[in-house]
Amino acid sequence: MVTRGFTGRQQPADVGHRLPPGQHIVNDFPVLSAGPTPRIALDQWRFTLKVGPQPLMSWNWTEFNALPQTKITRDIHCVTTWSKLDTSWEGVLIDDILAEAGIEPPTAFVLAHSYGGYSTNVPVADLTGGLAMVAVRYEGRPLEPDHGGPARLLVPHLYFWKSAKWLNALQFINRDEPGFWELRGYHIYGDPWREQRYTDD
Amino acid sequence: MIEALLVVRWQAAVVKDIIARTARIKSFVLAPSRPFKFLAGQHVNVRLTAPDGYRAMRSYSIASSPENPCQIELAIEHLGNGEVSPFFHEVVKVGDEIELQGPLGGHFLWSKIDGGPLLLVGGGSGLVPLMAIIRHREAVARDVPIMLLLSARNWDDVLYRDELLALDERRNGFTLVLTLTREPPRRDADYGRRVDTLMMAEILRRLPSSPRHVFACGTNPFVNAAVDGAIAAGTPASIIRTERYGT
Repeated sequence: MVTRGFTGRQQPADVGHRLPPGQHIVNDFPVLSAGPTPRIALDQWRFTLKVGPQPLMSWNWTEFNALPQTKITRDIHCVTTWSKLDTSWEGVLIDDILAEAGIEPPTAFVLAHSYGGYSTNVPVADLTGGLAMVAVRYEGRPLEPDHGGPARLLVPHLYFWKSAKWLNALQFINRDEPGFWELRGYHIYGDPWREQRYTDD
Repeated sequence: MIEALLVVRWQAAVVKDIIARTARIKSFVLAPSRPFKFLAGQHVNVRLTAPDGYRAMRSYSIASSPENPCQIELAIEHLGNGEVSPFFHEVVKVGDEIELQGPLGGHFLWSKIDGGPLLLVGGGSGLVPLMAIIRHREAVARDVPIMLLLSARNWDDVLYRDELLALDERRNGFTLVLTLTREPPRRDADYGRRVDTLMMAEILRRLPSSPRHVFACGTNPFVNAAVDGAIAAGTPASIIRTERYGT
């Protein structure tokens, strides 16, 4: 249905092919979250790798930052329709976390857990092979609390609610169990290029 | 509080009325071709399509009460550099058809069974989803104590000012506290500054008992100030829900 009188703003031609359907480019970095922003002191921070209910390995801030650091630059896409191009991040690839723990992925699915109670589900195949990291720096600076600091999951090829802020655990699970927004109407997988915004998309 | 997982299809809605609310905010009353039940606090997506197929989509909170699903009110602020809000303000006329999808949002919600007391904190057009809660409570749950702390630049920027003042004067459990950031307060109960920790502590003390739910909506810095203040005053983070816009 054409909307009477709407012509729209031209998206820049050189980057149009990087925009998934229904998205528009922003230059700022909007902040969206469902509750208060947790303020986590670095000496209180811990990150735990779990298999089901069982903790497998745990790192404090110093130990975690001693893991191999990787820099990546990616486009990110929020389900609320903004996209931000060429965002640069630094952190620890999930591959390197698993290598440090000395394990192969024991199941095919992961639940990411956050300070504040948030969770989101991601298939292991979308976390490994260099696709995802636990990011601790954004644009060369420590990640601010509003954007998920001290550390957030970064899975840039899925809608950005999958990139859980204030991450404190990755938990291998047997079945693909929905997390916070997936239980509240959002898509179980969230591929921006297939516009998987809501449950039945 | 988890909504039923409904299929949310796109549909056409007719613009039934356009009401100027403040200098920067207009209400658009839409009649969906397939009306849907919704909960106070939910939003819809609207989609604009250009003749060449280009589309722009944005989310807008519903300001009207769920009691009337046949006419839903969106209150849209004109963002000068925006793509969709200027179109609504400058181009849309009564009788136009707009595509929408809803209801959406499964967290920033309130129904009678959730109970109270409620503390609502809104900044500017962040009032919109809170207004649906206030109107719903007025329609079906007047026994629930509810306090609204609403921040606006000036008296004339207070969205739904006359409706809120009239509700406040009923003294039936709804209390309005305004804080104006660019001019002095006009009523004894009001403030004349940005929301801060001291203000949140005083507001919480004015409720008859500790809130069961806190809802805060506005720009991200506004929501952080309100929520950090509420937590500093002893409110558990777990009862606070937020909806934010901007950076």
